[in-house]
Amino acid sequence: MADELVNVTIEGMTLSVPKGTTIIEAAKQAGVLVPHYCYHPSLPSPAVCRMCLVEVEKAPKLMPACVTAVAEGQVVHVNSDTAKQAREGVLEFLLINHPLDCPICDQSGECELQDYVFQEGRAGTRYQEYAKRYNPVEDFGQDILYVPNRCILCTRCVRFMDDVAHAPILNVSERGDRAFIGISESQRLDHPWAGNVVDLCPVGSLLSKDFLHKARAWDLDKTASVCPGCTQGCNINIDTRDDVVVRIRPRPNVEVNRHFICDYGRMNYRWMNRGDRIEAPLVRDGARHVATDWDTALARLEQVLRGASGSAVILASGRASTESLGLVRRLLERFTVTAALQVPLGDEAPLAGIPDLALRRERAPNLVGGQLLGYSADWTSALRQAASAAVVVVLDADLTPADQAALAGAPGVVVVLGTVLPDGLRDAELVLPVTTMAEENGTYVNRDRRIQRFLQAKSQPGMARPAWWVAGEVLAGPGPSADAPSTAAEAFQMLGEWWPVFAGLTHADLGFTGRVVGSAAPAAAVGGMAR
Amino acid sequence: MGYPHPSHPKETVVLSQYFGDAGARTYDGWVERGGYAALRKALGMTREALIEEVKASGLRGRGGAGFPTGLKWSFMPKEVVRPHYLVCNADESEPGTFKDREIMRWTPHALIEGCAVAAYAIGAERCYIYIRGEFTEPWRIMSAAVEEAYARGGLGGNALGSGKRVDIVLHRGAGAYICGEETAMMNSLEGKRGNPRIKPPFPAVSGVFGMPTTINNVETLAAVPHIINRGAAWYKSLCLGNPKSTGTKLISICGHIQRPGNYEVTMGTPLKEILYDMAGGPRPGRTIKAVIPGGSSVPIMTRDEAEAALFDYEGIVEKGSMLGSAGLIVMDDTTDMVYQIWRLARFYAHESCAQCTQCREGTAWTTKVLERILAGKGKQADFQLLLDLSENMTGKTICVLSDSCAAPVVSGIQKFRSEFEAYMAGSREPAMAAV
Amino acid sequence: MSSQANPTVTHGGHDVPHQPVFVGETLARLEALYPKYPTKMACLLPALWMVQEARGWISEPAINEVAEVLELTPAYVKGVVTFYTMYHTHPVGRHFIQVCTTSPCNICGAEDVVKALLQATGCGELGATSPDGRFTVIEVECLGACGFPTPILIDDDFIESVTPASVPGLLQRYA
Repeated sequence: MADELVNVTIEGMTLSVPKGTTIIEAAKQAGVLVPHYCYHPSLPSPAVCRMCLVEVEKAPKLMPACVTAVAEGQVVHVNSDTAKQAREGVLEFLLINHPLDCPICDQSGECELQDYVFQEGRAGTRYQEYAKRYNPVEDFGQDILYVPNRCILCTRCVRFMDDVAHAPILNVSERGDRAFIGISESQRLDHPWAGNVVDLCPVGSLLSKDFLHKARAWDLDKTASVCPGCTQGCNINIDTRDDVVVRIRPRPNVEVNRHFICDYGRMNYRWMNRGDRIEAPLVRDGARHVATDWDTALARLEQVLRGASGSAVILASGRASTESLGLVRRLLERFTVTAALQVPLGDEAPLAGIPDLALRRERAPNLVGGQLLGYSADWTSALRQAASAAVVVVLDADLTPADQAALAGAPGVVVVLGTVLPDGLRDAELVLPVTTMAEENGTYVNRDRRIQRFLQAKSQPGMARPAWWVAGEVLAGPGPSADAPSTAAEAFQMLGEWWPVFAGLTHADLGFTGRVVGSAAPAAAVGGMAR
Repeated sequence: MGYPHPSHPKETVVLSQYFGDAGARTYDGWVERGGYAALRKALGMTREALIEEVKASGLRGRGGAGFPTGLKWSFMPKEVVRPHYLVCNADESEPGTFKDREIMRWTPHALIEGCAVAAYAIGAERCYIYIRGEFTEPWRIMSAAVEEAYARGGLGGNALGSGKRVDIVLHRGAGAYICGEETAMMNSLEGKRGNPRIKPPFPAVSGVFGMPTTINNVETLAAVPHIINRGAAWYKSLCLGNPKSTGTKLISICGHIQRPGNYEVTMGTPLKEILYDMAGGPRPGRTIKAVIPGGSSVPIMTRDEAEAALFDYEGIVEKGSMLGSAGLIVMDDTTDMVYQIWRLARFYAHESCAQCTQCREGTAWTTKVLERILAGKGKQADFQLLLDLSENMTGKTICVLSDSCAAPVVSGIQKFRSEFEAYMAGSREPAMAAV
Repeated sequence: MSSQANPTVTHGGHDVPHQPVFVGETLARLEALYPKYPTKMACLLPALWMVQEARGWISEPAINEVAEVLELTPAYVKGVVTFYTMYHTHPVGRHFIQVCTTSPCNICGAEDVVKALLQATGCGELGATSPDGRFTVIEVECLGACGFPTPILIDDDFIESVTPASVPGLLQRYA
């Protein structure tokens, strides 16, 4: 980006922007939204929808704001009569073949055609006594349905596959008003990042089968979060309806994932809705578990730990938050600790057109967070150690029956902080219900050492509490205590007391795009993302 | 020559001199007729000198836009850093226009020579001639001529022994009017859908294959050797008063006219002379009702307007239309104007590339409204609707195809309103069934 | 989804197994084009013409073959094929007739020529193939021979000044 600044006046506001900035981007800085369809900051701009035409003083014609660079002294009117008339014209043209599907269309409530027509379209149609163009719905494969009747031919989907995914699986077929988005019969839209076309589609033309007819957009609660799928740490929004997670969508973060998430992360939410959760703290009473209250359970935990010494093993889920991993680790400070994170492995799937963006092999969102806190990824070694450790803490890890059997037979005390009760650990000393990342606030550290916050998207089931709370309570001792953290933010700040890499950082500092920590952070983590 | 009719005394015969002369098609035949002398001369000149000569001549693009050719050439980078390309636009698809095919099928070497001179002038070693797919005969003739030119050393790595490289590659289109738009043509050459590109970037900066490119029409390039041979001053002198429009223009006249064909006139010739003297006027017993002067993409002129106009770029504008490609469509009093305007709208709707919303939907909607009017179902409100659609389709798109659809509609309603009203009032039999 | 740019015909051809087009001499002709363009993609229109010359139309397997040869995706090639109206995506009659009916020819009787052709070929309607498989007739836009109405293309033969009277004699030349 050149340092040279250009002064431009948009809708009466004068601002200075770098030379080369488009009018549409400059307008954003002035708080003015130029209505548009085909433009997208992460795609090349073809200026085909013609919705963003603005009036530029002294220019002979209306100019497309998405491809016209600002010029010194330019005066731009976004809402002048001619610009609004042009937009009204575009909307009218789009609506002549667009079916009145709103009552049955998934996009309703989050539809850019609805929004702009409501804002500045004509109230009635002049396209009477003519048939609308009709083509049947097409299954593009994997998760995507294409409804050609609703398509406004903005071509965002084609450009995404061509220029961002580098996999030209979609095309524009035919010509004129017969045109539609096409696919070859010999290919399916099964690219690992193809689901993004559904988000990119401004209308309800490209639909997710997974989300089809599931919920109305206005019934959804949207929560900022971080994808728990892998170490990339893509920013997401978790959409819930009546406390059930129904959809994951990308949240823009220029430094991490731009506007995209992969299909694996997109579909990786069903486990957040599991109903077979541990409902209450369980303590062992002879051969069985008895449900009890937290005070009793915490007291027993404290007692168990006090009575043990020597080695301890933490077997933690790769989805555990930094706060939880840290405080649990701290809880076992007296022991010789082997701490390991469970990191399932899968195939890497890069998004070819964006540097440093891929579905990563390590399918654990907090691998780096764990490593900063002294957790390793050496699962097998930790399991072996657990066979002879004095204390084994299982932090929501997904253990095979064989592992469970080995643990059950081991001499040490087993404490389970879990979401789902592991069958084979029925004689664990304590089974304490903890929340999933969707049910608590917390942070993950991604592969570029970027700490990012995620927020609570659905309520804590039963008596579940965050694992950091459990550990924090025991650390602070019995009775009310100001030392016990009552929020994830407080727990995070405690980490800074024990691990210098987190010192001085607060949740507020992280904002919603995160912050890279540690001098060893590679330069690529910050500057590598093309803007 | 008013080919296929004998030359009319009022014509200025330059490009059309050998139309109908099969001997002009061979390399030797063309050399006998003075051919390849201009190329030989040009290869010994500097690029700058060539460009200045063409600038001085006042030659303007003959494909329809009328942009000064020398000026267009001067946009190319002065130094050849990346490969430069010349593209010859032989996609002639504008209704009413059929001049470029005559140049190709009668004087293919004239075009080859013009392309070679132009390519050299702009620093290009390769010229692509994009010929529309339907032009099977020009394709065969041009192929044979290019092959001959290579065999005889007129083209290739050592053109006419100059040590300079001039290559010509023929590229066949596949049925798309829009590929006649220069940026769409570049996309089509690259093996893409023929979608026009946004400008900037301009072709001289980033054109075909992202390289500096100049696109010129067949007739424009065919004029270049004449300018080199006889000088810019001579070309400039072919002018009847308006110094901004010089040289000759091949006018294609068709429709309700006694002698349809191509007529070559000096710019500024009165249109009345062209219609009545050269082309013989209307058919017996008929009168001219309307004239579309520039191919179909320009406003329709009434007979009075046409008879009062001088035939050059500014002269036609003065009478409310545009010279365009100079494809004159003559319609007499038997013509159903509403039907023909509908047929033109249908043409544009068929040819729209589908990128811009206004064109994609507007050309089709316009066609449907006109169909309803022709089916006897039109109403008064349709006038305002058509005018609104036309306004929304004008000046708002990447290329001017949608503007071209609007032109006959707006001018048709303006000047032939009564014919529309006759359908609406039911005093005229419907011309088609309602859908 | 059926192509509406080229009206469909329902004769066989889709079920005939695809034999590669780009072998031997045809492949040599295509490869001779490579040095003339900086990219293989630019050889796409010429390659599609070669397919249509060899097979009479461009099938889905042919599209896949062209894509493979030129290192493009089938979807990309298909997007290009469906843009240009001269490429047939369905089999057509042995002789393909294109009649210009745009305004300059329209006012000179082009629609009567269409009617005459539909009758004389036995096609009956535009886009349909005649029962004997000989002809398909379609209307096209301006063929660039407006001074010689009505021009028609029969395969690669460009014939000018066609009238309803001259139609029967014309068709006799095409078996």
